[in-house]
Amino acid sequence: MSTRNQPAAGAAAAPSVGWRRQRRSRHRVPLLLLLPALLGLGFLVLPLAGLVIRAPWSTLPERLTAPGVLDALRLSLVTATVATGLCIVLGVPLAWLLARTDLPGRRLARALITVPLVLPPVVGGVALLLVFGRRGIVGSWLDATFGITLPFTTTAVILAQAFVAMPFLVIAVEGALRGADVRYEEAAATLGAGRWRTFTRVTIPLVAPGIAAGAVLCWARALGEFGATITFAGNFPGRTQTMPLAVYQALETDLEAAIVLSLILLAVSVTILVGLRGRWLGAT
Amino acid sequence: MAGCGGSPDADAEPAAAAGGDGPLTGEVVVFAAASLTESFARIGDEFEAAHPAVSVTFNFAGSAILAQQINQGAPADVFAAANPATMQTVTDAGSGDGEPVRFARNQLVIAVADGNPVGIGSLTDLADPEVKVALCGEQVPCGAAARTALDTAGVEVTPVTLERDVRGTLSKLTLGEVDAALVYRTDAASAAGVAAVDFPESERAVNDYPIVVLAGAGNPPAAAAFVDFVLSESGQAALAQAGFQTP
Repeated sequence: MSTRNQPAAGAAAAPSVGWRRQRRSRHRVPLLLLLPALLGLGFLVLPLAGLVIRAPWSTLPERLTAPGVLDALRLSLVTATVATGLCIVLGVPLAWLLARTDLPGRRLARALITVPLVLPPVVGGVALLLVFGRRGIVGSWLDATFGITLPFTTTAVILAQAFVAMPFLVIAVEGALRGADVRYEEAAATLGAGRWRTFTRVTIPLVAPGIAAGAVLCWARALGEFGATITFAGNFPGRTQTMPLAVYQALETDLEAAIVLSLILLAVSVTILVGLRGRWLGAT
Repeated sequence: MAGCGGSPDADAEPAAAAGGDGPLTGEVVVFAAASLTESFARIGDEFEAAHPAVSVTFNFAGSAILAQQINQGAPADVFAAANPATMQTVTDAGSGDGEPVRFARNQLVIAVADGNPVGIGSLTDLADPEVKVALCGEQVPCGAAARTALDTAGVEVTPVTLERDVRGTLSKLTLGEVDAALVYRTDAASAAGVAAVDFPESERAVNDYPIVVLAGAGNPPAAAAFVDFVLSESGQAALAQAGFQTP
């Protein structure tokens, strides 16, 4: 009991020395921070390395062209991109509403928007079914009026992806709007620009990096969507079977195929993120 | 083998202590096909009543994913699959301890909403493009059986979804999103608001359910006792009550 504090005190001495030296050499990092940091890095990178190491490289070309793989990849890329477009069209105005107006209920709206962020996606899928399903509030009306049923269609995949991914975009854009200098907008207004003109000519260019960042996050989230998709859109090759669904199905029968599919998703995600990071996000 | 020769550390396994002919203790982890959900839950309760010191834990999912999990080293004591082919992927990988035993049979039906609103009478009716059909993916036993039945009937069906296990297929029907689903008789019987339409081709697609104690079992005596219990009169009665044919 009485010796309980000793190791902590001894350990605390080390970083204080390191901290003093850090002023001279910025490379000196306290061990107590370096160790968990490296463990954290390893924990995040090792599973990805595992995918690369276990990949059946010798049979990779045949597996990449195996029936269904390209279908799933194309479907994933198309749906994630369309979903992101939908999120931009609806999400940017929503973010503007939250950041630039003082409509009543704004706080509640912001809280509600973040719900899909933390909601298990499969719950989102059930919720979508209850609204847009054949017996859903909106779905039954669509069915009766236009003869449209959404579940099990590619549209359903896009809706599921947009549902889980839009909050990422809204939050990113709202943050950018709050960080942007309103004086530019005020100046535009003083010079006679209407609200719409100010929005398109001043606000949008001002927060374009924020929109790009949000769109990338949104796209990546949409690309990885699984739970809401399989619940709301089902699983049918070529129509609703996106890459994550194909990975899961392959896992049940053919581990190597699952690894190859995962590898493709990893490569696509990394390529897009790296490419966009350099171009628009202004990161070094 | 490697798992058993662990270091002599402090955490003694209560399961290992049970060995010999003393009363069974510890936990039995049973990986079972999704179609066994209700019947095995009941068998588990009865087994726990007969062996108060043992607790049974179930993992219900599609047989194929369970087989993969077992072959990847999931800590399971017993595996009950919905067809011999899936069981074979486990025994071929050396994950089984001894020969699997057949404990039940199951047959496909066309599950429809109560009152059969779309008027489904045979497999041929499923080929109508107006009828939305859910099937199991062919990697799981119910999907393999459905493929056999449809091939036997010479019927070409384009399902709207291929689900990962029979319960997923059934849920698309109970949610009202499809008009018909090919599921086991037992699954159709387990759900409220669902009626079963028999079809002759299902005779050609009967699934035998095998069960086996796993080589990596942490609690072999209790695992063996559970398998015996499934094969016992009370276990078979519970299965028959759920609509299984018992051997």
